[in-house]
Amino acid sequence: MGSVALSDRQLRIKSIQYRLKILKYIKMANAGHTGGSLSCIDILNVLYNRILRVSPQTFGHPDRDRYIQSKGHSVEALYVVLADRGFFGESELETLCRYMSRLAGHPTRKVPGIEHNTGALGHGLAFAVGVALTGKKDGRAYRVFVLLGDGELDEGSNWEAMMAASHYGLDNLIAIVDRNMLQITGPTEQVCRLEPLADKLAAFGWSVRIADGHDIPALTDVLSAVPFEPGRPSAIIARTTKGKGVSFMEYDPSWHHGVPDNQQYEIAQQQLEQLLREAGGGQ
Amino acid sequence: MGNDLGGGAGKANLEVFAQTLLSMALQNKDVLVVTSDSRGSGHLKGFAARLPDQIVEVGVAEQDLVAIAAGLASTGKIVYAVSPACFLTARALEQIKNDVCYSDWPVRLVGISAGVSYGPLGSTHHSLHDIAALRAINNCMIIVPADNLETEMAVRAAAGLQHPVYIRFGKRPMPHLHRPGTQFEIGKAIWVMRGSDIAFVATGEVVAQAVDAARTLKAQGIESTVVSMHTIRPLDTQALLAAASSCKAMITVEEHSIAGGLGEACAAVLMQSGIHMPFRIMGLPDEETVVGSQLEIFEHYGLSGPRLAQTALELLNGRG
Ligand SMILES: [Mg+2]
Repeated sequence: MGSVALSDRQLRIKSIQYRLKILKYIKMANAGHTGGSLSCIDILNVLYNRILRVSPQTFGHPDRDRYIQSKGHSVEALYVVLADRGFFGESELETLCRYMSRLAGHPTRKVPGIEHNTGALGHGLAFAVGVALTGKKDGRAYRVFVLLGDGELDEGSNWEAMMAASHYGLDNLIAIVDRNMLQITGPTEQVCRLEPLADKLAAFGWSVRIADGHDIPALTDVLSAVPFEPGRPSAIIARTTKGKGVSFMEYDPSWHHGVPDNQQYEIAQQQLEQLLREAGGGQ
Repeated sequence: MGNDLGGGAGKANLEVFAQTLLSMALQNKDVLVVTSDSRGSGHLKGFAARLPDQIVEVGVAEQDLVAIAAGLASTGKIVYAVSPACFLTARALEQIKNDVCYSDWPVRLVGISAGVSYGPLGSTHHSLHDIAALRAINNCMIIVPADNLETEMAVRAAAGLQHPVYIRFGKRPMPHLHRPGTQFEIGKAIWVMRGSDIAFVATGEVVAQAVDAARTLKAQGIESTVVSMHTIRPLDTQALLAAASSCKAMITVEEHSIAGGLGEACAAVLMQSGIHMPFRIMGLPDEETVVGSQLEIFEHYGLSGPRLAQTALELLNGRG
């Protein structure tokens, strides 16, 4: 947790600043998963600034909370937040995707603060089940948070892990679904229908809540309420908008890994800076 | 099969694995075994009865098996992920590649009933691809023990590794190939016999077949070297080159596809070392593998003792 508690307003400002950085470094790298990073950044903001009991000093401690980003492609959001939390220097973000950089286009353990290498979909939840099992076996108090994409849930391995998590009563495991309704081809419901998602998760033995994935207080409330039921893993369906914060990127699958051209970048910056001023954090 | 080297018939390597694991787990509660509805085929029911808190069952879900094992390993547990080799290394290959090898969590992947141990069950249950697949993935040691001693030592040595390892073996009782007290070190081949005519460089359960061939050849005045190349990665190139320089011809023997296995690994080392000698890779060819017992399949594809002896004679007589 942060040494100084940040207000909702301060976190809202942070979210916009994070969005500006995500775009800045994706633009600089000329590569990145723009839409998904903008969609999950508020979740990461609340996790790292309010919920997770982990810091650069405690990373590596056996009792730390774990965050595993199964939707590894939204790594820019994670890098920006980790740098902000002091896991590594902000200037390193300029090396994103560069030759010999630690900051690959998907998360790796080479980067301070990252628990597990991800990027292929459908891996993070099962890995997290293993981490959570040790927590139960050894009576440790840590929680394991996993961020899943909604398109990612097409992978059957997630559902194997869902079964195991409830079978073992892992109430120290929390899955957050970044439910932005899009995947690379288009709407999730057209590609391969996911709904009724909450019912499916509940049928697999999870305790499910739905929250606005861009609302700081709502995210704080839901993430502070885990486990929702003792003896069950918790699932949060976070309703989000892919590309959130930039008008022409929102809910457009072409921004899955689109990089803005100069003009688009300028407009995006202007829009986010306007939001920043409205939030009271303008320069 | 009788054997005069180490003394008599042993147990199935699978059984030795299960016993070794139990004895290690009794000493250390951080030793865990993860199974995918495979405790019966893994001879681990006794383990489950004795140490129910140290076995994690994930159901028939090999992808989950491997990823959960990685998660457990990340918390410092000494994890053995056990499943038939055919499923472990095909169904869960991406989990092996990413969650174990790329992420560098020291999971001990144990492929049981490997090769054609499940010969009668058809190709779904054969694992003739596993060594090739894992050789092409960075950061995975590959160990294929030949007998009970190698199995026990490999399973124990694996506990101390800081990086991923794959161990594979079968379920048929194996003869003892080594005298008790023989040194075992990962990455160091074991010389079973020394001779100056033909070198058999073999791995796993066909090492015994090579020994059998060597005995047949000896009766005809032909001296064999037999090397148990139990570690395929990292390959003991020093032993390989020594075997090559001590003999007139070399035959590699493996219960695996010829493509991508021990033989090709050895050939690459020899060629790049400028060594050209009569050389033959004995393994499973590129065809749908016949159905039969493990020994029948060995005989069919020239991996039995008598057929290996025949191949050696052909090779030495320039008809190979
Ligand atoms: Mg999505």
